[in-house]
Amino acid sequence: MSVDRHIEHSSPMHQFVIGRLNDWQLGGLDISFSKAAAFMFGAVIVATLFLVLTTSRRAMVPGRWQSVAELWYEFIADMIKETIGSEGRKYFPFVFSLFSFIVMCNLLGMLPYSYTVTSHIAVTITLALSVFVLTTFIGITRHGTQFLSFFVPKGVPLVMLFLVVPIEVLSYFMRPISHSVRLFANMTAGHTMLKVFGGFVVQMGVFGVLPFALIVALTGLEVAIAVLQAYVFTILTCLYLNDAIHLEH
Amino acid sequence: MPQFWMEDFAPQMVWLVISFIALYLLMARVALPRVADVLETRHGRIADDLDQAAQLKSQAETVIAEYEAALAKARGDAQATIAQAGLEATAAADKRNAEIAEALAAEAAAAAARIDAAKTEALAELRGVATELAQAAAERLLGAEVAAGDVEQAVDAAIQDNAGRS
Repeated sequence: MSVDRHIEHSSPMHQFVIGRLNDWQLGGLDISFSKAAAFMFGAVIVATLFLVLTTSRRAMVPGRWQSVAELWYEFIADMIKETIGSEGRKYFPFVFSLFSFIVMCNLLGMLPYSYTVTSHIAVTITLALSVFVLTTFIGITRHGTQFLSFFVPKGVPLVMLFLVVPIEVLSYFMRPISHSVRLFANMTAGHTMLKVFGGFVVQMGVFGVLPFALIVALTGLEVAIAVLQAYVFTILTCLYLNDAIHLEH
Repeated sequence: MPQFWMEDFAPQMVWLVISFIALYLLMARVALPRVADVLETRHGRIADDLDQAAQLKSQAETVIAEYEAALAKARGDAQATIAQAGLEATAAADKRNAEIAEALAAEAAAAAARIDAAKTEALAELRGVATELAQAAAERLLGAEVAAGDVEQAVDAAIQDNAGRS
């Protein structure tokens, strides 16, 4: 299946084209390798190499780079300890991978001429649905039918339950939507804005200095958002895991 | 928006699943154990150092306690020695005082005896002299011999009389 859609190179949306590099098919499934896939593997390689190389000296007194690796590790470890407690320890590799993947994709997307994997709803909804399926699975295997009590808040009058329970169920199933749209919308909006102002720089000639200055400031903001949104995605994952493990509201 | 081109969903999801599983395996098997190892080694080292410090501290406290006990014992011994010495000195002084007082009393008694003896002797001599004087004076006045026995009797009476008066 070839894609013949076209988008102008000057459009602010052109940066979001996944950039197919071939046209692989596997039993009717489109598995074409693209720029998007390349950046996913880029994130995997950068994260792994960073953690392995910085800890190669295994210094008792850590250097600058080793401190970053340790900080990164303890940041996620503390997050799990605070939101889930000691039972969350076995989900540490998953949560750590999730955070590392998103933060690396977001930050690699900040490089000039690069591509932002997390600006696609297809990617964020897959991650969010994985978390949703995982947490629901954990909730059901740990608590059995008791898991349904999660949708019945304590201390609510019986009459109100007819209204509250459907809302609780609906909000539970809305979780992957809000979880994924938050990251996708943030990344898309930020990168679109940068491209739009970039266009102004060219169009305004000498006065292009003004939007250029704005871009410099916005780039700093975008780097902060790249890390912040990765953090938000990860802590929400921890909270959902906590709900599944402890069934608390 | 390219984000809503449905035909791009499948390839992105496929490669996302593959790359994320690869990342998960690399993190869980390679990267995280390395970092955990470094952190655990350091925590273990710090805990060891703290243990050692606590041990040394307790040793130092034991030594201080022993030293203070020895000091207190020495002080007590010294106090006892001083008290003992004071008692001995007092006893010696008392003994010596008693001896001196006894010696003085003996001397005083001897002196009193000597005075008494001298006084008796003097009195005896005085009686003789007085008798002779009284006999001579009476013979001169009377112009006659006076019996010595009478004179003696009269002198004795006068001495007795005098002693009773004085």
